[in-house]
Amino acid sequence: MDPQLYPWIILFTPLAAAGVILFVFSRRPTAAGSIAVVAAVLACFLSWRVFLDPSLTVTAQIPWIEIPGVFSVPIGIILDNLSRVMLVVVTSIATLVFIYSAGYMRGDEGIPRYYAALCLFLFSMLGIVLADNFVMMFIFWELVGVSSYILIGHYFRKNSAADAGKQAFLVNRVGDFGFMLGILMLWLATGSVVFSAVEANLSSVTLHPGYLTAACLLVFCGTIGKSAQMPLHVWLPNSMEGPTPVSSLLHAATMVAAGVYMLARIFPVLLAAPEVVREVILWIGAVTCFAAGLMATQQDDIKRILAYSTISQLGYMVVGIGVASTADAAMFHLFTHAFFKCLLFLCAGSVIIALHHEQDIWKMGGLLRRMPVTALCMLAGGLALAGTPFFSGSFSKDNIIEWAWMNNRAGFWVTASAVFLTAIYTFRLLFVVFLGRPRGEHAEHAKESPLVMTLPLVILAVPAVIAGYPWFRRFFFEEMPHAGAPAAAHTIILAFLGAGAVLAALLYLRGPAKDPVRIPLFANRLYIDNFYDWLVARVQGGLAVLSSWFDRWIIDGVFATGAARTVWAAGYVLRLLQVGNLQAYAFFFGAGVVAVLYFLVFR
Amino acid sequence: MTPSPLLSLILIPLVTALFCMAGAAPRRISIFGAGANLLLSLYLLASYNQAIGGFQFVSENPLFAAYGISFSLGVDGLSLVLLLLCTLVTFAAVWVTPKIEKQEGMFYACLLFISVGAVGAFASIDLFFFYAFHELALIPTFLLIGIWGSGERQRIAWKVTIYLAFGSFILLLGLIGLWLAAPDNLRSLDIRMLQQLGYAGLLSPGPAVYLLLLFGFGILIALFPFHTWAPEAYASAPAPAAMLHAGVLKKFGLYGLLRLAVPIFPAEIQQFAHLLLVLLLGNILYVGFVTIAQKRLNLMLGYSSVMHMGYAFLGLAALNQLGLGGMALMMFAHGLTIAALFALCGEIARRTGTLEFSELGGMAGITPKLGLLFGFAAMASVGLPGFSSFAGEILIFFGAFARGATGCFNWFQTATALALWGVVISAVYMLRAYRRVFWGGRGTAVKDEIADISAGSRWAIILLLAALLVTGFRPGLLLEYLNPVFAYLPQ
Repeated sequence: MDPQLYPWIILFTPLAAAGVILFVFSRRPTAAGSIAVVAAVLACFLSWRVFLDPSLTVTAQIPWIEIPGVFSVPIGIILDNLSRVMLVVVTSIATLVFIYSAGYMRGDEGIPRYYAALCLFLFSMLGIVLADNFVMMFIFWELVGVSSYILIGHYFRKNSAADAGKQAFLVNRVGDFGFMLGILMLWLATGSVVFSAVEANLSSVTLHPGYLTAACLLVFCGTIGKSAQMPLHVWLPNSMEGPTPVSSLLHAATMVAAGVYMLARIFPVLLAAPEVVREVILWIGAVTCFAAGLMATQQDDIKRILAYSTISQLGYMVVGIGVASTADAAMFHLFTHAFFKCLLFLCAGSVIIALHHEQDIWKMGGLLRRMPVTALCMLAGGLALAGTPFFSGSFSKDNIIEWAWMNNRAGFWVTASAVFLTAIYTFRLLFVVFLGRPRGEHAEHAKESPLVMTLPLVILAVPAVIAGYPWFRRFFFEEMPHAGAPAAAHTIILAFLGAGAVLAALLYLRGPAKDPVRIPLFANRLYIDNFYDWLVARVQGGLAVLSSWFDRWIIDGVFATGAARTVWAAGYVLRLLQVGNLQAYAFFFGAGVVAVLYFLVFR
Repeated sequence: MTPSPLLSLILIPLVTALFCMAGAAPRRISIFGAGANLLLSLYLLASYNQAIGGFQFVSENPLFAAYGISFSLGVDGLSLVLLLLCTLVTFAAVWVTPKIEKQEGMFYACLLFISVGAVGAFASIDLFFFYAFHELALIPTFLLIGIWGSGERQRIAWKVTIYLAFGSFILLLGLIGLWLAAPDNLRSLDIRMLQQLGYAGLLSPGPAVYLLLLFGFGILIALFPFHTWAPEAYASAPAPAAMLHAGVLKKFGLYGLLRLAVPIFPAEIQQFAHLLLVLLLGNILYVGFVTIAQKRLNLMLGYSSVMHMGYAFLGLAALNQLGLGGMALMMFAHGLTIAALFALCGEIARRTGTLEFSELGGMAGITPKLGLLFGFAAMASVGLPGFSSFAGEILIFFGAFARGATGCFNWFQTATALALWGVVISAVYMLRAYRRVFWGGRGTAVKDEIADISAGSRWAIILLLAALLVTGFRPGLLLEYLNPVFAYLPQ
């Protein structure tokens, strides 16, 4: 077969699988699962083929919208180092999660729906990876949003799950609002939506630095939404209402990283933009990684701890875009994070299943002896997450922090001190869940999960440990320019790590029944969620009720019904105008108001 | 009289309606007639010669030569797309019509008469018949709400009809003004002629006539602040009637603006663009917020349909190929989407006896197919990529934004940015509705014995959704008809 077709097959196989499951096997869970796994394996296999053949490029395009001479949006495929790495990461992890799901979802009533949505997700995610233009990326960007919505709402009978799905979609739409506006601005400035053309034509915009700054920051809004950066991070912890494999694949390893991937994709544009753009990106990332770290230290739900840690780690990647001279710094952390965070979630899922859907860490404990494979794998993932030397996370994360040392000292201190927080919440999780005595009935009788679940764990544990080593990295990334930070920077990072680990050991190694130190501010997530609840209920709700009242009683009521009561007084006026009905009156009234407004505002 | 397939397109539903009134088995022949019309409109699309373009299948039949009135039919790419919309929605509407207790024959006849009016208006190239056909469709709308409606059906039927008749009256004044504006020797009711005069700059009726047309058509489209008739009407009307009115007949106003205002009044559209931008933001933002506050599904859908008209007006205000092409595409997509939503809304009401959000909930567990279809339609409504609603909206946004420049935002760019926020608003109310009706705990009105959507209704809605998906994956299928219509415009 023509290798040129491989990327197209990779892209459309999952969509075809989703369609087949939806229309043919919507009542056959086993068949649905098999088809999904086969599609993922095929996509994965071909992705590796594409990855191993660097000379392959795809020139064919499918026209999507074509207005001759005016506007054109193709569905085109871009193959470069960036997309090749992303292809293998996404499809490999997806394959493992698809297989693992067969174990995790056993007995669920909605398995076909689950797998159809997972396949739709894989299609959309691959679309983002392969997109060669902004509009195509936006299309798939929205589609991952909707598949995430469906999957978070998988247990739709639960109110919390239903609300979380809705919230995830809406918060992402807020980010997408900015993203689309940014795309419109860049298009108007450069005359194209294709990445390469935007980059090439950007010189014409440098006349308007303010415009370019605004455009880039608006595009960045897409990342803030999708990659759960402050202040739009609230949806990600709530998305943990979805099944754990979904949290692992979408809300940890791949989908949420799409925001970072997009920034890496447009990195040349960001470099050409005024410096303030990357400064804002850096600080959004830095604040996110620190604040999410704070919140993670006081969560009790095992998945929520990991969710806040994901937000925090995504913050590091965004910082990487803001400080490093190459997008590879961020991509490298995305790469290692994808493995170890996916591993951590799947381990958490293994624990949750073993404990009959118990997610409170204060009802766990002593699981090391009862679930040794899961425990050791989670230890590997945890050490990588904390950035322990010789584990993958340390290479990629320290690299970003060192870049910060060189280019933004204040940013360095914020991101380095977040390492302290990472160490605390990671070791807290490991100590409480796996050491000490079981704190509950279920923990007492926990058993190791079946092979279909533990095998993906073991497979993932390998890259979670080794993915950072230069010999492994070189296989995926070109040689990176060095940050060139002095040894002191690295020592400071290690000191923060050690301090966090020691503090966690002091607090949690003795096997307490509850958090020895409770900080309500962090446990309540800095009250940001409460603020949003207030905003939606009071401000948006209030505005809506007010508008509705106005529509009913002023625009409709006064114009039509209310006028009936005053019509005898104004009767002679109407008679003069020779129109007898109230709607006419309403019309003149409305036209008058509009005319007055119009002349007041525009003349 | 030259025979034209367009005449059959009008006659088929007309004759079918007469048969229904005469007492033939109404459902069967209605489905048959509407199906034949759908096939015929597809045939017309396929046999339209794109290389030649312009109006084709033309037949002229002078009736009152003294007044220049002629029963002339003809279609170009734009009218063909709308004819397809009309026949698709008509077919789906008669298909999903449930058992009617009183006057079944009359019910189907009314539906088909709306279709006759819409087809006639879209296929007429004579101003008089263009107007008259639309008026014809208002009568069955009145009857459908007044006889078969729910709630305060008679008050609402009167209100809607007077409101729409008043809009039509303003429109009539505008059309007369348009007719009078032409030089004596060139006076014509032929839309082709009027367009030619417009392109040649020989027809300049002035701003007053434009405003009459804008507000006349505007009232029919539910342009803010003349929108309050619409949600009530759609909420009260039986589902098939709401499908046809919101899906098809309301597009008459937009079609009229594209047909008459764009070629003849380009300068006036520019002159009053600010006014239009303010009003359309009223549709998108203000009505958007009103939509969020709704506590009943049918009212919410009615308001959402009003809100979406704002996007169409944004395309008009942009007045370039992108904006107008997007507007036409969006009209098609919106018609299918809102028809599917009203059909499903009717299915829900028949099962639960209520549309109050507070009494609904958790239906996806009991009626999964209904839930899935509503999910698809809701996603089409919020403009998810993959549906042609997205293609239409995005073209409108690009078109309107292109009216500004790099640097400081002008009015168009500001309006585009604000209109984009509507995309968030529509997601808020749609997802909330889906959450309240289909997800979460079981509502008090949702009983265990509720049956899932029947196979017949299911396929009717799948037809609408499939059309949305096909044109969403390949907008080019419609754009190749629409592009030439607006190709003369500057970018």
